[in-house]
Amino acid sequence: MIHKYKLGGFNIVLDVNSGGVHVVDDLTYDMLDNVEPPFEEECPEKIVEKLSRFYEKDEIMSCYDEIVELYNDKILFSEDDYEKYAKYSIASPVKAMCLNIAHDCNLRCKYCFASTGDFGKGRKLMTLETGKNAIDFLLENSGDRQNLELDFFGGEPLMNFDVVKQIVEYARSREGEFGKKFRFTITTNGLLLDDDKIDFINKEMSNVVLSIDGRKEVNDYMRLRVDGTGCYDRILPKFKKLVAQRGDKEYYVRGTFTKYNLDFSEDVFSLYNEGFDQISVEPVVGDSSEEYALTEKEIPAVFAEYEKLARRIINNEKQGGKFNFFHFMLDLDQGPCAIKRLRGCGCGNDYVAITPDGDIYPCHQFVGIEEYKMGNIDEGTFNLEMKKEFANAHVYSKPECRKCWAKFYCSGGCNANNYQYMGDIHKAHKISCELEKKRLEVAIMMKAVRAFGEQE
Amino acid sequence: MKHIKTMNKANLKESAQKGGCGKCQASCQSACKTSCTVANQKCER
Ligand code: SF4
Ligand code: SF4
Repeated sequence: MIHKYKLGGFNIVLDVNSGGVHVVDDLTYDMLDNVEPPFEEECPEKIVEKLSRFYEKDEIMSCYDEIVELYNDKILFSEDDYEKYAKYSIASPVKAMCLNIAHDCNLRCKYCFASTGDFGKGRKLMTLETGKNAIDFLLENSGDRQNLELDFFGGEPLMNFDVVKQIVEYARSREGEFGKKFRFTITTNGLLLDDDKIDFINKEMSNVVLSIDGRKEVNDYMRLRVDGTGCYDRILPKFKKLVAQRGDKEYYVRGTFTKYNLDFSEDVFSLYNEGFDQISVEPVVGDSSEEYALTEKEIPAVFAEYEKLARRIINNEKQGGKFNFFHFMLDLDQGPCAIKRLRGCGCGNDYVAITPDGDIYPCHQFVGIEEYKMGNIDEGTFNLEMKKEFANAHVYSKPECRKCWAKFYCSGGCNANNYQYMGDIHKAHKISCELEKKRLEVAIMMKAVRAFGEQE
Repeated sequence: MKHIKTMNKANLKESAQKGGCGKCQASCQSACKTSCTVANQKCER
């Protein structure tokens, strides 16, 4: 399978199964509409005839030879033979966990999927005991995996920060005896950050996600405090301080764009201009009946904005500026192996989420959906049949993904989205797919600009 | 090559043969959580 498109003055051809990325001239681009394996010794007469209206015969012949050469090198029209690997990770151990440390929040963001922090289930904080049980569960169920990941999530995790600290301490005290290493991450809205918390986070957390939407007016329209006022002025200085003291450890400022800020490149640059260089601004996830939701109607505007953002980033680089925009980051050479790419997120298989009550769900987005409760940490129950169901959700068991050119970049999308929008974890959600594919096309085009210079 | 320029050296085929060790970070593909999207992750072996 190949995928080809024109963007930014480039003709780009992706060989889906090898991951090959090629920039081609117009002749090749046109010829690829007319040829496919099996190839012949020489370009067939009827193709020469067809193309010779626009191109020289010599050129056509040499172009055909180049296509055949890439085919023989297995980086064009290569075979899809990964399905046999899909069964490999069925028995994979649990190695990552999301701890919903507080089902409570001190913000009332309009687009929150957790219904202002409590997931529709009442406000609640996780106890240390449940936290310890979760750590033990991870230590005992992670098999030969050495790196364990624990994400403090919520609600707002800083509302239960003493427990966060004690869980970290407990995990550190036990990782040695199991020969494991914990990597902690935390996501926060910043309101409760103070010097102590900043120090602790910068010392213990290998990544921190700081929620802020971009421009003040955009942020303050959606991210409201309980009294109805925006939070921008409160959180910005704290985030700056945290980042300034963080050294070269990972962090992200992370925003959400909605129908209200389809000009979100402004928000990305607003964050950049405030001094942040690791930036993520992502499409809102929410019911399509919501006012703020992105629907099919908004897709052309979002596409145009992604292209605009790409141009602005390239221009900024020309002037010596630099930052990472998370959704355009793509590693063409050292990315994960094909096996990992068959089922991106390990949701319900090597990754689970735990609620303050100790309930286990496949991931943070399934929390509160009763039929997807997998067990309980405190009671020691864990539904292995359901784990298997999730392990079996990969790009070959999802009909749209199977035939999708983006499958080895996207890895089958988000099971939770699929369930929420389509009622089935195997059914791809079209709008998410459209946006994902567009981001990929743009990200690859930016690589071409960096390699070959601008074309337009 | 005159008509085609290949941008990457890696080949997924080779990665499959020695891959699947599970050392790399878990990832979330959803927009709701900036942990990590698969394609921008690194192999950790
Ligand atoms: S989720 Fe959508 S974009 Fe991703 S692989 Fe499946 S069909 Fe393709
Ligand atoms: S199902 Fe979606 S939200 Fe859950 S871990 Fe996977 S990608 Fe993330």
